[in-house]
Amino acid sequence: MTTDLRRAPTPPRSAPPATPPPAARTSVWRRLIVPAKHLGLILIGFVMLYPVLWMVVSSLRPGDEIFRSPGLILDSLRTENYVEGWYALTPSFGTYLLNSAVLVLGCIIGNLVSCSMAAYAFARLHFSGKRWWFGIMLGTIMLPVHVIIVPQYVLFSQVGWVNTFLPLIVPKILATDAFFVFLMVQFIRGLPRELDEAARIDGCGHPRIFAQIILPLMKPALATTTIFTFIWTWNDFFTQLIYLTDPDMYTVPVALRSFVDSTVATSWGSQFAMSVVSIIPIFLAFLIGQRYLVKGIATTGGK
Amino acid sequence: MSALDELRQLRHGGVQVRKRDNKAAFWFLAPWFAGLVFITIGPVLASFGLGFTKYNLIQPPKFIGFDNFARIFTDERLHNALGVTFTYVLVSVPLQLACALGVALLLDRGLRGLAFYRSAFYLPSLLGSSVAIAVLWTQIFGAEGLLNRVLGFFGVEGKGWISDPDTALSTLIVLNVWTFGSPMIIFLAGLRQIPAVYYEAAAIDGASKWSQFWRITLPLLSPILFFNLVLQIIHAFQSFTQAFVVSGGTGGPSDSTMFYTLYLYQQGFSRFDMGYASALAWFLLLIIAAFTAINFWAAKYWVFYDD
Repeated sequence: MTTDLRRAPTPPRSAPPATPPPAARTSVWRRLIVPAKHLGLILIGFVMLYPVLWMVVSSLRPGDEIFRSPGLILDSLRTENYVEGWYALTPSFGTYLLNSAVLVLGCIIGNLVSCSMAAYAFARLHFSGKRWWFGIMLGTIMLPVHVIIVPQYVLFSQVGWVNTFLPLIVPKILATDAFFVFLMVQFIRGLPRELDEAARIDGCGHPRIFAQIILPLMKPALATTTIFTFIWTWNDFFTQLIYLTDPDMYTVPVALRSFVDSTVATSWGSQFAMSVVSIIPIFLAFLIGQRYLVKGIATTGGK
Repeated sequence: MSALDELRQLRHGGVQVRKRDNKAAFWFLAPWFAGLVFITIGPVLASFGLGFTKYNLIQPPKFIGFDNFARIFTDERLHNALGVTFTYVLVSVPLQLACALGVALLLDRGLRGLAFYRSAFYLPSLLGSSVAIAVLWTQIFGAEGLLNRVLGFFGVEGKGWISDPDTALSTLIVLNVWTFGSPMIIFLAGLRQIPAVYYEAAAIDGASKWSQFWRITLPLLSPILFFNLVLQIIHAFQSFTQAFVVSGGTGGPSDSTMFYTLYLYQQGFSRFDMGYASALAWFLLLIIAAFTAINFWAAKYWVFYDD
């Protein structure tokens, strides 16, 4: 027993060749696992993105070919689907893009101004009932739009705002996207308090501390808000469908849906073409703002 | 820190307030207060009131007592819509989170090209709620769509997936699973927080990858999983666009894609039965609140907080 115990540590040193077979197996396994992972990931990614790529390619094909070709190779580049789709509805798609752009711009400005103000108050000011108000603010993040849409519609239709962008922009000016308030609160809390205290000693009031110290420092949070507001407003269909019923006021998603409903299923080419047009801005926003998107999700989501 | 952690802390008391800036706070919060009154909490309360009326926007609201709420219990189309919505939520969210976690685990720990993969998998999350993708889905799962072309290549005969009431909902579930990118990013951020030392220590003790996953990764990731679960369930309950576009606004075929939100839309904005729509809105709020409460209650048994 005792000799066994004393001997036990020695054999490995004297006999290293005893271990290689399993070690070799694990290293082969190790060497294979990384390429296997890449292969798996590329495969998953390809399957996921294939439909989108196929839509882009199909939009450049003559209509009758779309059904026949599940592949991605283009024989010829045809742009007639785009021309046909662009002018399919009156006014043309250019108007809808412009409408969406105006709406998105209004929403972005509204969110940036109002949410940053609210966030400054929650992050830096002491006031009565702060915990209570903050709790309410967090609660409204999870409030589904469907719960408030009916009375909101009643209100906005009574003041004659249906078929204007006001019902879509005014809520943003009133900081109702609590998600962004929270995101900015988190960001401001991370800024050193010494900065505002120093400014305070120098005689700065809250408006100046906010405008000249906090706001310039929170550019990343503002960028995240901009990019998310852009994408969410551009994609939003439900509220735009409800408030915009006049074709002259249609935004891209509402117009696209009405286009799809009004055409027969055989005109896939032009439907795809306009679908592609409608997601190009999202794709561009994604390319430009990736960094902020990922950070925005990760910081508000993760700990 | 997530919104949920904040709520948890608020419940357990926070820092005492010393000096007050009530006046400044009032001005900074003025837009938000106005929003609270007119856009969020105000309408929530108003919709409760409207729920007791018959109202079509033209004639003034007429008080009808509990009729709208009683109707919720007898409306069979609504019960079907509830079934469709629950199926959608309870099937698509777990599948979506499983994909998100699975891919996040593959991507974790210094795999080359992480940024590229992350972007590629995230893109569908941005596109998923757009009308354009719904249009694409209608084609993919149509009788002569892309899926059947691919199946035909393998000699399998397909069918009109969207026109068949048995499979129409599945196509929407697939669409929701397709958008697993954003929970995946949250998982990735969570995985990065787990100290590598834990795995090293476990490996020295001879723990297999499998048991490392169950005993280290999963418990330490459980708060993130919980966060994703709560968020995605709330999110899934609100799905609207895809069902609307795929079914041409009808919720068909045979009400098989009639989401709760779509039914609410039809009652409120096609039939202008604002009273019933308000009652439905409140009922939806209760359902979502109940699901969230159950989630929080169940969290006590499986979510592991390190602090």
